[in-house]
Amino acid sequence: MLEIKNLHVKLEDEGKQILKGVDLVVPAGEVHAIMGPNGSGKSTLSYVLSGRDGYEVTEGDATLDGESLLDMEPEARAAAGLFLAFQYPVEIPGVGNLTFLRTALNAQRKARGEEELSSAEFLKIVREKAKTLKIDGEMLKRPVNVGFSGGEKKRNEVLQMAMLEPRMCILDETDSGLDVDAMRLVADGVNALRSPERSFLVITHYQRLLDHIKPDVVHIMSAGRIIKTGGPELALEVEQNGYGDLLAEAN
Amino acid sequence: MAEGAVLTAQTPAVEGKTRAGGTALAARLEALELPAGGFAAAARRDAAERLQAMGLPGARDEYWRYTDPAPFNAARPEPLAVPGREANLFDDIDRLKLVFVDGRFDAEASDDLTAEGLQIESMAQVGAGHWAETLYGVLEAEGQTPVKRPFAVLNTLVARDGLMIRVTGKVSRPVHLLYRRADAAADVVVHHVIRLEPGAELTLLETGGIGARSNTVLEVDVAEGARFHHIASKRADDARIGIGHVFARVGEGALFKSFALAVNGRVMRNEGVIHIAGNDAVAHIAAAVLGDGNEGSFHHDDTVFITHAAERCESRQVYKKVLKNGAHGIFQGKILVKPGAQKTDGYQISQGLLLDEGSQFLAKPELEIYADDVKCSHGSTTGALDETALFYLRSRGVPKEQAIVLLVLSFLADALDEIENDDLRGAILGRLDDWLTSRAAG
Repeated sequence: MLEIKNLHVKLEDEGKQILKGVDLVVPAGEVHAIMGPNGSGKSTLSYVLSGRDGYEVTEGDATLDGESLLDMEPEARAAAGLFLAFQYPVEIPGVGNLTFLRTALNAQRKARGEEELSSAEFLKIVREKAKTLKIDGEMLKRPVNVGFSGGEKKRNEVLQMAMLEPRMCILDETDSGLDVDAMRLVADGVNALRSPERSFLVITHYQRLLDHIKPDVVHIMSAGRIIKTGGPELALEVEQNGYGDLLAEAN
Repeated sequence: MAEGAVLTAQTPAVEGKTRAGGTALAARLEALELPAGGFAAAARRDAAERLQAMGLPGARDEYWRYTDPAPFNAARPEPLAVPGREANLFDDIDRLKLVFVDGRFDAEASDDLTAEGLQIESMAQVGAGHWAETLYGVLEAEGQTPVKRPFAVLNTLVARDGLMIRVTGKVSRPVHLLYRRADAAADVVVHHVIRLEPGAELTLLETGGIGARSNTVLEVDVAEGARFHHIASKRADDARIGIGHVFARVGEGALFKSFALAVNGRVMRNEGVIHIAGNDAVAHIAAAVLGDGNEGSFHHDDTVFITHAAERCESRQVYKKVLKNGAHGIFQGKILVKPGAQKTDGYQISQGLLLDEGSQFLAKPELEIYADDVKCSHGSTTGALDETALFYLRSRGVPKEQAIVLLVLSFLADALDEIENDDLRGAILGRLDDWLTSRAAG
């Protein structure tokens, strides 16, 4: 599904090298986690994959089902099935959540040559999906993320994921700012989307999210590289001993 | 001098010391056909004297610092091709349609004037002794202190047509003033007077290109407990030069709300002068402006002055301008709180969204407060599109052009929210959306 080969990335403005040769393969149907200390390049990786401005790829490639993502506009990557759940979802005053969802969904369908959904069809689906995430009609009508609590914003991200049905989902620090109940709700939403055709890349500092979203593979990232890959037990090791031992081992 | 013919083209009365020079004023008046007739003769005589003392503005005038008055001072406008007729954005709204062609009321093209709760006459039909004489040029004259507005005086002096609307009840069907152009060189001066009797209600809509150059005055007297909603949409002929004035007096417990959408026009200046005279009154004035410097030049100036002269009143000014390709947006807004106007709640926001580096937004917010128990705030920002928000939308699959449209609408939302009626807001939003989408590629 997702294949990252020797990816080198620097900041366009400062020229600072952030990713220094990332190699990663996420096969279809698997959940991979990336853990690592602050500044290791985890969020940069998520932004580069989804096409945010300000980064320059100096070497390597990233492909989704064999097709390079790097030359595609962000909207084309989305239509190809990539989704990034933001660490800090953006507030957009004056644009209703429903309008936003429908615009996004129909834009993707159009890009893929599919029929746009009618208003009635769309509403039926969105209400159903919102219900399982405990998102009420009021929240659907409000402007995108405006006045939402931290938990509501993250649930809204999962709702977008559920509506857009991407094949490759990247979750960037989705657990940040969530209490235990909110985290469970978000994790349940994500777990409901797990399928043999869909893969996840879960970026997190802490092991606790991985109690709820069980990964198949855990990668440890440091200083712009994957320094270790293992099973779920690797996350527990980090939880108990911190990153110190792993970093020393890698050096 | 015949009654009503307060000035002749050769009159010496308009010479003398003026800020832009007496010659300019004399030349300006010479080019105009002055009205003769019984209606408002006294007001016109008064206007002649005031204009003589005031003169036309020059570029040095404080209130003309950001907008060059030359296009309004010029004796005649450049002719401007008359555009083809387009569908009106309020076509789906049930309303009373009143048509003006080159600034003259066209009864044939208009709906029947008789409607419950309304008394409507055109200026050309009325004579001396009409009720509107108590307001014609009166609110305008009151609005000359402390800031001079010479083109409004000029309007009072020379306007030959306009509607005199008296509202005696709650009128649910909006009254729509629809402007059309026929003569490419028409230099239009229109003056409307509206009086809302106590407890009355009216929604006034205005659309269309008024003239190659236009000068409009709308005097609105909102009596106790009355409610007035005003929604104007100005677009179509992109090279238009126009100055518009709204003079409002808002009585006790009354509501005044004015919203304007402006998409293009070469040089536009809108002056809003609102006097809150009665306690517990509410006055809101807002505009959403989109300017593209590539369609001719674009210069749009909103100059607002709200006076609080009573207690527990609320005022809001909400101005949003989206500018690109070297367009200029201006906002000069003032809240004056007079002594004794306690518990005033005044708010003012002006924001410019610059879609490129060549565009410019200039704001001059002012507060002047002579009461000690008031709440007044103002804010002004100028910025580019939020890159994070743009990326967020695109990461969800929304193409860049469409994402920009959504963010522009998001930026304008506060101004549009000032339109209370959902259908009317929807019509304005539809027009905006069409305009933005059709130009998204540019």
